[in-house]
Amino acid sequence: MARITASVFTSHVPAIGAAIDLGKTHEPYWQPLFKGYEPSKQWLKDNKPDVIFLVYNDHATAFSLELIPTFAIGTAARYQPADEGWGPRPVPPVIGHPELSAHIAQSVIQDDFDLTIVNKMDVDHGLTVPLSLMCGQPDGPNPAWPCPVIPFAVNVVQYPVPSGRRCFALGQAIRRAVESFDQDLNVQIWGTGGMSHQLQGARAGLINREWDNAWLDKLIDDPAAAAATPHIDYVREAGSEGIELVMWLIARGAMADVAGGAKPTLRHRFYHVPASNTAVGHVILENNA
Amino acid sequence: MALDKPYLDVPGTTIFDAEQSRKGYWLNQFCMSLMKAENREKFKADERAYLDAWPMSEEQKQGVLTRDLNRCIAAGGNIYFLAKIGATDGKSFQYMAATMTGMTQDEYMAMMLGGGRRIDGNRVLGENGDAQPQNQPQGKAHRKDA
Repeated sequence: MARITASVFTSHVPAIGAAIDLGKTHEPYWQPLFKGYEPSKQWLKDNKPDVIFLVYNDHATAFSLELIPTFAIGTAARYQPADEGWGPRPVPPVIGHPELSAHIAQSVIQDDFDLTIVNKMDVDHGLTVPLSLMCGQPDGPNPAWPCPVIPFAVNVVQYPVPSGRRCFALGQAIRRAVESFDQDLNVQIWGTGGMSHQLQGARAGLINREWDNAWLDKLIDDPAAAAATPHIDYVREAGSEGIELVMWLIARGAMADVAGGAKPTLRHRFYHVPASNTAVGHVILENNA
Repeated sequence: MALDKPYLDVPGTTIFDAEQSRKGYWLNQFCMSLMKAENREKFKADERAYLDAWPMSEEQKQGVLTRDLNRCIAAGGNIYFLAKIGATDGKSFQYMAATMTGMTQDEYMAMMLGGGRRIDGNRVLGENGDAQPQNQPQGKAHRKDA
């Protein structure tokens, strides 16, 4: 049986990807941020999953305004890093897990979540920056990410985005789907985006450290309360793009305690301001069998 | 019955909802076209001619030509799409963000290094934070006592 062993939560700021790609990680501006991910890289080496289910959002890259799926699951065998206007990031293609993807798609749709199925798409920084942060930049003669990845894209570009409550319930359905897959697989679920940031208008640059940390406390200890956060609270308190945090609730909903199991162990928690325009938050939770 | 839009009283903020999206469809799709290198070249060679090939409003075209991102947003633009204009110009996202506030890029960067813009006074229209309409534009150059 496949099982979800851990969840990882992280921001996915494009400037972080650029800092890695241009070799700037040791510059004074970036050094404190990357230091916060050192324990995470070690943790991932020690706890290498068979598959990562990666919840992220597309930033007007694979999806223009022609098509705006609320929840889209990638079922392809591979995904190319997208050209977002500066050329593609110099990172390896993302290898998928079509069998598990197809299984999750079928199971979750039958569980009343109407997913869009995507057999061809490029993936942008929303997906590749978390991989770079957690895995380091793959190198060597045949650079590759450490394991297959299932991209799961959530619309957070056009309002209304799905509610926190809906995302939290979807996470629970994803957990049931993974556990009904016969193959013995260690699956991690990652929720990305956030934390407080606003990229537009006279209020651009908004950061709300107190709100972010209070929300992180809830995410860890009382996720149902975090899931009850209304949209307007994210917008008002954490900035118009802070609403990306609903994606973290999908990953949190997939943890064992939500289904009546033991509480997860907090392996790592990190918070840093700024990365370009954004507050960076990061948490690792391990399930206890 | 009208839709409930509780986000209309957040200062300095335009939520890209279905109505804005409908209004800004061609403006955003024009931005999307700049993902291709050959389109970026065509646009740079003659911006006006390139824009005229799109069924955009004159207000939207002027917003693009003057690189006034707030004007583009008011006309239905979304920042993730508009960012592609900045990429075409070779400008950083921080530069673009700064232009929307009136600050210089250095002033904006200093604000971010100082922990970002404060939330106090910037939650609801009618307060007196730095993002409120009565306090625009921001930045030293615009200060009345400067």
